[in-house]
Amino acid sequence: MTSFTKPLIRRKNEPTNELGLVRSDYDGAMSTLCAGCGHDGVTASMARAFFELSIEPHRAVKVSGIGCSSKTTAYFLRESHGINTVHGRMPSVATGAIAANHELAYIGVSGDGDSLSIGLGQFVHAMRRNVNMLYMLENNGVYGLTKGQFSAAADMGSTAKKGAVNELPAIDPVALALSLGATFVARGFSGDREQLVPLIKAGLKHKGFGLIDVISPCVSFNDHKGSTKSYEHTYKYYNPAIHADYVPPTAQIKADYNAGDIMPIELHDGGQITLRKLENGYDPRDRAAAVNKLFESSQSDEIITGLLYINEDQKDMHEMARMEDRPLNAIPYEELNPGAAKLKEIQKGFR
Amino acid sequence: MKYRLKFLKSSLPLFECESRFTVYFREFLAGKNNCENKIMKPTNTSNPDYYHKVVDCQWACPAHTPVPQYIRLIAQGRYGDAYLLNRESNVFPGVLGRVCDRPCEPACRRGRLEDEPVAICRLKRVAADHRGDISDQLPQKPAKTNGKKIALIGAGPASFTVANDLAPLGYECTIFEKLSEPGGLMRSNIPAFRLPEKVLSEELDCILDMGVELKLNTPVESMNALLEEDWDAVFVGTGAPRGKDLNLPGRWPQEGAEPCENIHIGIDWLESVAFEHTKAIGKKVLIIGVGNTAMDCCRTSLRLGSKNVKVMARKPRQFFKASVWELEDAEEENIEITVNHSPKAFVHKNGKLTGMVFELMEYEIDDNGRITSQKVIGETTIACDDVILAIGQDNAFPWIEETSGIELDKWQVPVVDETTFESTRKGVFFGGDSAFGPKNIIWAVEHGHQAAISIHKHCQGKMLTGRLPNDVGMAPTKMGMFEWRYSNSFDSSERRQMNHVELTKRFAELDVEVELGFTPEQIATEVERCLNCDIQTVFEPSLCEECDACIDICPVECLSITEDAGEAELRDSLTASEKIDGQALYVSDSLPLTKRVMVKDENVCLHCGLCAERCPTAAWDMQEALIQIHHADDQDDNQKTGMQL
Repeated sequence: MTSFTKPLIRRKNEPTNELGLVRSDYDGAMSTLCAGCGHDGVTASMARAFFELSIEPHRAVKVSGIGCSSKTTAYFLRESHGINTVHGRMPSVATGAIAANHELAYIGVSGDGDSLSIGLGQFVHAMRRNVNMLYMLENNGVYGLTKGQFSAAADMGSTAKKGAVNELPAIDPVALALSLGATFVARGFSGDREQLVPLIKAGLKHKGFGLIDVISPCVSFNDHKGSTKSYEHTYKYYNPAIHADYVPPTAQIKADYNAGDIMPIELHDGGQITLRKLENGYDPRDRAAAVNKLFESSQSDEIITGLLYINEDQKDMHEMARMEDRPLNAIPYEELNPGAAKLKEIQKGFR
Repeated sequence: MKYRLKFLKSSLPLFECESRFTVYFREFLAGKNNCENKIMKPTNTSNPDYYHKVVDCQWACPAHTPVPQYIRLIAQGRYGDAYLLNRESNVFPGVLGRVCDRPCEPACRRGRLEDEPVAICRLKRVAADHRGDISDQLPQKPAKTNGKKIALIGAGPASFTVANDLAPLGYECTIFEKLSEPGGLMRSNIPAFRLPEKVLSEELDCILDMGVELKLNTPVESMNALLEEDWDAVFVGTGAPRGKDLNLPGRWPQEGAEPCENIHIGIDWLESVAFEHTKAIGKKVLIIGVGNTAMDCCRTSLRLGSKNVKVMARKPRQFFKASVWELEDAEEENIEITVNHSPKAFVHKNGKLTGMVFELMEYEIDDNGRITSQKVIGETTIACDDVILAIGQDNAFPWIEETSGIELDKWQVPVVDETTFESTRKGVFFGGDSAFGPKNIIWAVEHGHQAAISIHKHCQGKMLTGRLPNDVGMAPTKMGMFEWRYSNSFDSSERRQMNHVELTKRFAELDVEVELGFTPEQIATEVERCLNCDIQTVFEPSLCEECDACIDICPVECLSITEDAGEAELRDSLTASEKIDGQALYVSDSLPLTKRVMVKDENVCLHCGLCAERCPTAAWDMQEALIQIHHADDQDDNQKTGMQL
């Protein structure tokens, strides 16, 4: 056998979600990424999050650009909608899709190259508009698909596989998001599912633009000593400062946390995100504090992760632009397309 | 820029200090459990039993037949080699491939994944049917004997196994048999339509060809007399020859008269049919009991001309003792099985049996499936011409004198050591049904192997308990990128169904074998259903960089990386743990980066090798575990490791 596929196996007594689906119903095609790629960990976490939220796969939309990370939309939710767009242009395609039907769950998958170099302009404006989607930025610090050149997210002073030192400052997507007013800003690590899966669930349920910057090591080109995005480095300097749990509207909040340790944040769907604060006095609703915290931790070599900032009060794009509430495909054709005569009438009004 | 460079220059070994991640997990767990827990120790996979237990079929087989290994040989078309490998452990592959009790099949891992296990038993028959001429590869008669004389009483599977193990080592084995043919219950009690006489004779003959003497029509009538003869050791393999009787009103029509000739004891009746003393039976037959003997009795009755055979069961179906497949085979022949009928009396008219009275029973069964109470709700008489009693059998040793020094307990079962099979008299060994009461052929074979080791030690004047322990050897299976020397891709085919001779044709003769054997297509499919549980997932923690690739690729989600904890918590943390008793959790040494552990649930693993294919650092590898089970022939060879083919 020259390649392999993961067989679909239904086990006896396999756990099912509210829809009666099993976890593997949320898998996709076999990953063609390098074995050990952090992106596969992110993919698995997304499949698990969708499974646990009992989202029907056909009610989800995956959008991506170009790059190793953007390939991964093929590797989960095989029965959902999806589009691979032009390099760096995923946010505008997603924006259009959401304008047409904002009732679906939108997940954008992109990388540090796709988002922070060629697509930087699109990325920041999607955040500004507060487009209602979860944007997964799989951040490995290199252009893996073109054999490991530094990306704009590579830390200053980190080295490439053959020893070249990066002398340019890194663009930190989290700092960018905080400064632009994104309403859900988090950082995760592909090696910590315990944290990542609840973050994805919370991000999907958040109304507005959610960014999760996931440290996702590139095993082929950025997993060596000298890299600041390797498994070794990330495990060593990792600090899961804020742990978020998504609590669906009907469920009772688990009472096993010490009172005062948890901070519940109401979501628009009636559910909650409960934050377990591992550090005292941190309030993720305080944008200034979040910015502060982020820069403090980077001064001390720490990779701070968790839900760093959340704002549930901001209107999302759909609301701000006062767009049609019904999905376009649910509007009768006559109403959607009133005909040439009606168009003429409207045009008359502008003369 | 400065601080980064500073950090890089200082180039501390990264694993030296405890990472924040570890601290986080420890705190998280401490907060969650709030109590001190016993954590699981790293699994010691060099314990021979560890990997052996993972191979469910081999572990369940009393003789520990290396099932996946021989199935791979069959898959390669190496039927002769598959047969020889089988023969090393179970001695009678042709016989057992047809009539084994198959403890391996309920244990089969495949049965935990879907409903039907691999047809292990039928594949064994494939090896036997297609083995070709392998006579030159069988153990040979030695050039000269070692002068030690062994008496083996009863020519059944146990005695033949002892002879098979000892004769090639130079022992002079003599088998005493009261009947005119060898084979024990394999010949007298298993009907020829299930086990053709030729298959049995071939396998017995190849043991006799090793220089074993067989004395037919020679019952041993006195143990004391035998012991006075010049034997170095005596082995008793006489089975459990006494069929249980049913002492109900009408069983003995008149005091002092001849017993009724239409009431038969199952095993005696089958023997009488096998030796062609009985050639007919009445039109209407009742079989009392629902064990495997009852199944043989009812199917044999049909072949002797009976038109209406009813199997009468005292309890509901879930309490039947017969194997599921034997029940199915009988029902396929339109045997009627009647439940909840408890025999009460035999009815005679004019000195002839005319029927039987049964009490109609009603049972209350609790949630655990146990009967909590029973009551009689009526009575019925069922007409019949013959009754066959198949309600069990007992040991009987009327020929062993009390003065022989061989102690029998109150149930007439000899007091036998469970490891050495030695009785209370030195040099006298028991095996098969005669040792611990009725079991089955494959147990008899294993008893024979163990008794042979003891006899070998006894004759050398060594301690009987100084037996070689099992060991395990690991052999690599990697052939290249995504290439292993076993068929690792999962095949979702269902179990192949054995083809049977048409109902209309099978009753023509008593010895028409019902099962036709697998077709080439069936063989090709069935071998692929085997999950190769003996190809083990071997983990080297020092190579792991915790990328989770193995966890994601595993199609049954049996892997997890987590903080070490007690077994119950570890099982909880696994996505797919089935919590079935028996299979262990594998726990690795702590991993270099986070000091967490790799945990694997051996219960659900499919041995598909995807973890090893996906691992970027080759921390996972697939290796064949060769479980070495020692027999008499390698007891003196301490250097012997690894299995030889």
